Amino acid sequence: METQSIFIRHARIIDPSRQLDRVGDLLLGGGEILAAGRLGVDRIPDGAIVINGLGLVASPGFIDLHCHLREPGFEYKETIAAGSRAGAKGGFTTLCCMPNTDPPIDNAAVVDYIRQRARQDSLIRILSIGCVTKGRKGLELAEMEELANAGVVAFSDDGDPVYDANLMRLALTYSSDLGLPISNHCQDRSLSCNGVMAEGSVATHLGLDGIPAAAEEAMIARDIALAESTGGRLHVAHLSTAGSVPLVREAKERGLPVTAEVCPHHLTITDQWVLGGKGEPRASAGSLAYDTATKVYPPLRAQRDVDALIQGLADGVIDCIATDHAPHDITSKQVTYQDAAFGISVLETALGSLLQLVHGKKLSMGALVDRLTNGPAKVLGESYADLASMQPGTAADVVLFDPEEDWTVDTSEFESKGRNTPLEGTKLKGRVVATFSGGNMVYQGPGLRFEESRARV
Amino acid sequence: MALSRTIDTPGLDDAFPVEPSTRRHVLDLDDFSKEEITEVLESARGMKEVLGRDIKKVPALRGKVVVTLFYEASTRTRISFEEAGKVLSADVINMSASGSSTEKGESLLNTGLTIQAMGVDTIVVRHPHSGAPYLLARQLNKVNIINAGDGLHAHPTQALLDLYTVQDKLGWAADNPNGNSIEGLKVVIVGDVLHSRVARSNIWGFAKMGARIVLSGPGTLMPSDMLRSGRVARSQMASMVGVETDLDRAIEGADVVMALRLQQERQHAGFLPSLREYIRRWQVTEDRLTKANPGVIVMHPGPMNEGIEISNNVAHGGASVIEEQVTNGVAIRMALLYRLTIGPGN
Repeated sequence: METQSIFIRHARIIDPSRQLDRVGDLLLGGGEILAAGRLGVDRIPDGAIVINGLGLVASPGFIDLHCHLREPGFEYKETIAAGSRAGAKGGFTTLCCMPNTDPPIDNAAVVDYIRQRARQDSLIRILSIGCVTKGRKGLELAEMEELANAGVVAFSDDGDPVYDANLMRLALTYSSDLGLPISNHCQDRSLSCNGVMAEGSVATHLGLDGIPAAAEEAMIARDIALAESTGGRLHVAHLSTAGSVPLVREAKERGLPVTAEVCPHHLTITDQWVLGGKGEPRASAGSLAYDTATKVYPPLRAQRDVDALIQGLADGVIDCIATDHAPHDITSKQVTYQDAAFGISVLETALGSLLQLVHGKKLSMGALVDRLTNGPAKVLGESYADLASMQPGTAADVVLFDPEEDWTVDTSEFESKGRNTPLEGTKLKGRVVATFSGGNMVYQGPGLRFEESRARV
Repeated sequence: MALSRTIDTPGLDDAFPVEPSTRRHVLDLDDFSKEEITEVLESARGMKEVLGRDIKKVPALRGKVVVTLFYEASTRTRISFEEAGKVLSADVINMSASGSSTEKGESLLNTGLTIQAMGVDTIVVRHPHSGAPYLLARQLNKVNIINAGDGLHAHPTQALLDLYTVQDKLGWAADNPNGNSIEGLKVVIVGDVLHSRVARSNIWGFAKMGARIVLSGPGTLMPSDMLRSGRVARSQMASMVGVETDLDRAIEGADVVMALRLQQERQHAGFLPSLREYIRRWQVTEDRLTKANPGVIVMHPGPMNEGIEISNNVAHGGASVIEEQVTNGVAIRMALLYRLTIGPGN
């Protein structure tokens, strides 16, 4: 089916893959980017949809290296269909789904099943991440080469670490000729024990078992040593502590093949939110405390951790932002904090949350877009570079967003089946106006302004 | 022969001098002011007078229904609440997790909604998970919730009865320069603070009343922010206490020594090398009490492991107020049931 041409006028075009940041026009047609720059009205094709981009940012669609689409197996929490709509609404055009499904993505048949479902149900590109170990049990390696041939983009047992150090060493060694990273959920369980939130002042107040920062840092240090000794590619999933940043920095300075990601919530909210006051300092817990929507792994941590992660992201030590979108059904969260499932539904609030960093002058707009597009594409490797490019001839995966639009998070409007976010009712600034995947408009927000289509005489 | 007799209710108003409060729930002491704690202690004094009567029954809560919903075993707290409710003429229904629909997998929330739908006024809940009463308080809009102990978090009625006991024994002592007050007293809490909801609530309570709190016990059984080790941010709670792992030094000049129950499984979980070493370093003994202030009182929330955290002769010696704590517990719970149930909107 021929897609209609789309012409976006006067947008701020940011394409970090080409160090491009300028106001101009963007022409999409035939599923591809046809032109970007100062095009002028003469370049508007007959019958094109013309969009007024004044005040908006146009960039490559966002790439999420880490999300949970729950299908197959947990369709009551999320589906590829709903997750893809949520992704499109959040400005994402590529989602990499984690393999903690049922059955897990530990063989080619499940990869094929997800590809087939995505073809039928998804508005955007869905890529699979394969298991490191069979059944995610942490006992023996999955058939990593078969998974790689089937199209997985990385390996992970996410939700659980690859706990056995020798098995991690073997996995890094075995995968070193496949060219794909191992994304490890770094958590030393002998240190995290029964912890449900960050160790620290709020955990003490609420009598919740704390997870020490060392639980994350000890395993990152281990994995870096293993990556160095094997030559395998290590990607550190969801960094959350101040102490993790220098570990990654030092590994990179030594030239090791180590990359890292950080989640929007770890960059914007703290463990104070578990007290129920949306982060406002509180002397007492109050009946809104123990908000299970704040229960996430790794846990929300202190402001000094948030500050260090932002700095690490700004410096480029942390390569990219990944959502760790972890949708849950209501009953998994309407229980005690201890019993509640870990995870936050992130896709639809990610951009609005992250723009706080830009509005607060902690991160440049260019850097933010880079960490959502070019950064994750680089982690995926050379063959995925086009996903983060607006070079003419590449797929028209584009997001258009208004960095100034004020809105209030209302989970009843979520496309995701997971309404589990501590941001419910929170005011954010900045929202996606439209998302294009392969030239199709897969999301159209209320802020989209059309112009009269002008036929050339 | 009298076939019937009226229940005499003299001086009801005298027994309950306190204005009805606007409080709906008692979840922890962190949201109590010093004034409110003082009011509750005052009110409990009136209640204790009722408990001393021949006929321990007043109609204050007649027609009100209190459910005790206990997901953990308990003797004293549960009976104490039941007695408190019954003395005030409330109908008290006891429900425990075993033998109930929770064994069929009913969630805490649904159990709470079910009890609320039966028109109950107050739910007294004990649960092994921190924050469980908050879940009920947030989701149930027609009942009062009283926390009778949640996980490691809080046991506010225990702390109030402890405050009452200290005020009763020391606050009104002639040589207390502050008069009817807990202010300035040195309170030493000994043992497993990390896992103790009694300690947490007592820290709030005693700190708000102006006492000086010193914690003593193994570093492995202290919250990390209170130990001030590492780089963990310190809590407001940590700023209200001092930590002295050497009990002999901690106990110097103490007015109150509170021993916490040591769960024996802590040894197996690696927090302690042995009970033997714990006893040697942290048992509250007569010898150690000689370093405290004269007139020191020794408390324990029960149930005791005599011979472990507290020596037999201290537990039953002249400084021990452990049995009075139990008596005062009934009075405190009467005061709280009354304040919550006879509040605005009820």
